[in-house]
Amino acid sequence: MINKDLVIIGGGPAGLCAAKMAAEAGQSCLLIDRNRTLGGQLIKQTHMFFGSEKQFAKTRGIDIANKLVEDVRKHPDLIEIWDDATVVGLYQDKVITVLKNELYIKVQSKAVIISTGASEKVLAFENNDLPGIYGAGAVQTLMNVYGVKPGSRIVMVGSGNIGLIVSYQLMQAGVRVLSIIEASPKIGGYKVHASKIRRLGIDIVTSCTIKKAIGTEAVEKIVTVKLDEKWNEVPGSEKEYEVDAVCIAVGLTPLTNLQSMIGSEMKYISELGGLVPVIYPNHETSIENIFSCGDASGIEEASSAIVEGYITGLLASKKLGNVHPRYDELMDEYNTQLNNLRNGPFGDKILNGLKKQGA
Amino acid sequence: MSEKDVIICRCEDVTLQDLHDMMDQGYTSFEELKRLLRIGMGPCQSNTCGQLVQREISKYLKVKLEDVKTQKVRPLATGVKLNSICEGANNES
Repeated sequence: MINKDLVIIGGGPAGLCAAKMAAEAGQSCLLIDRNRTLGGQLIKQTHMFFGSEKQFAKTRGIDIANKLVEDVRKHPDLIEIWDDATVVGLYQDKVITVLKNELYIKVQSKAVIISTGASEKVLAFENNDLPGIYGAGAVQTLMNVYGVKPGSRIVMVGSGNIGLIVSYQLMQAGVRVLSIIEASPKIGGYKVHASKIRRLGIDIVTSCTIKKAIGTEAVEKIVTVKLDEKWNEVPGSEKEYEVDAVCIAVGLTPLTNLQSMIGSEMKYISELGGLVPVIYPNHETSIENIFSCGDASGIEEASSAIVEGYITGLLASKKLGNVHPRYDELMDEYNTQLNNLRNGPFGDKILNGLKKQGA
Repeated sequence: MSEKDVIICRCEDVTLQDLHDMMDQGYTSFEELKRLLRIGMGPCQSNTCGQLVQREISKYLKVKLEDVKTQKVRPLATGVKLNSICEGANNES
C-alpha cells in the first residue's frame, strides 16, 4: 500500500489547477490521469477561447493545456504525476486502486479530489452502430490530435458550441458539412459561432433529428426528420443525405462513477448534464474529504473548470492543514471569477442547476 | 422503427427491442435489466448506455427522467486482468 495525503483523479483543467494550488499551499499530492498526455479535452481544442483574459481568452485550448501542465511541472517535489494510469476503484476507507502498466496498485489517501470530467451523450436511432458514426470527441481527436479526416461528407447532429466549432473545423479540414441539425427549436451554442457557420453556407436546421442511418459496411446515407413542439416526429418531413460520416454532438454528462462507487449522495440535475454528486459548501461530496470539481460535478465550460480546480485545490489543502499564504485573497478572487463566468449566456441554467445541487 | 437495429448498449450488444421485451415482462428498473441483459456491465460500465436506458424507462413508465432510479455503480471502473490483481496482492505481503 502506498500512502498519499491528497490524490487528484483526472489531469484535465480542473485537476491540473487543483494540483497547482495544492503545491502552492505546500500540500503534496499525487495526480493520476488515464491518458499519456495531461490536459484532458483541452489538447483537442485548436480554437481560441472566449471570455476573460483571466481564463486564457484568445488562447488556443492546446496552448492552455500546455500552460497548465507547465505550472504543475514547476513543483516536482510536491506533485507526483502518474499518467497512463487508470483509477479503477475508490473505497469508503479512501483506498484507491489504480491500474498502471498492467500493475494493480493500492493507494491509501486522506483526501481525494475527483476531477474526471465528462463523457459524451449518445443517441438511440436505427443502425446507430454503423462505422462512420462518431461522437464529436472522436472527431476532434482524429482531426485535431492525429490529423486524420473522419470522412468527406458529414452531417453534424447538435448545434451546441461543440457542434458549431467542430463543424467549422471540419470545413477548414476540407470536409463538407452538409447540414447541422438540432432537435430543439433554437440553436444551442453562441450566436457568434452560429453566424460564422452560416456565412460558410452551412444550413442549421432546428426542430430536426436523425431518424436512421443506412449502409452495409459503413454509413452511406442518413434520414432526418422534423420534430413538432412536443418532440414528436412530423410525418412526411423526412430528408435523406448521402454521407460517409455523422458526428453526434448532443452534449456531455458528468463522469461520476467514482463518486457513485464510494456512495456519495447523487442527484439527477438536467441543467448540469445528468447525474451529479450533491456538493457541500467546502466543495466536498456528502463524504468528508472526498472533493469533486470541474465537469465531474456538473457540465460547464473549461474556464469554469479551471477556476473550480483552483478553489477546490485551496479548500482541500486547507482541510489537510496546509493553508495557502494568500488563501483569503485567492478565494475571493476565484469566487468572483466564477460568478462572472456564470453571468454568461448559459449562466441562468447553470445557476439554477447549482441551486438544486447544493446540500 | 426497427427496434432490433437500435443499439442501446454497445459493449454488451443490447438492442432497444431486447430492452422493450424485458420491460413488457415487467422488468423496469436498471438493476433488473442489468442482471437479465448484462446491459451496462461491459467495458464502459454504463457510461454510454446509462442515460439511454434511463430515458427508455422514463418513457415506458411515464415518469420524469429525474425520478428514474439510476444504476448502482461498483468497482471496478474498467476491466482488470485477474493476473494484475493477484500480482498486486503478492506485492502487498
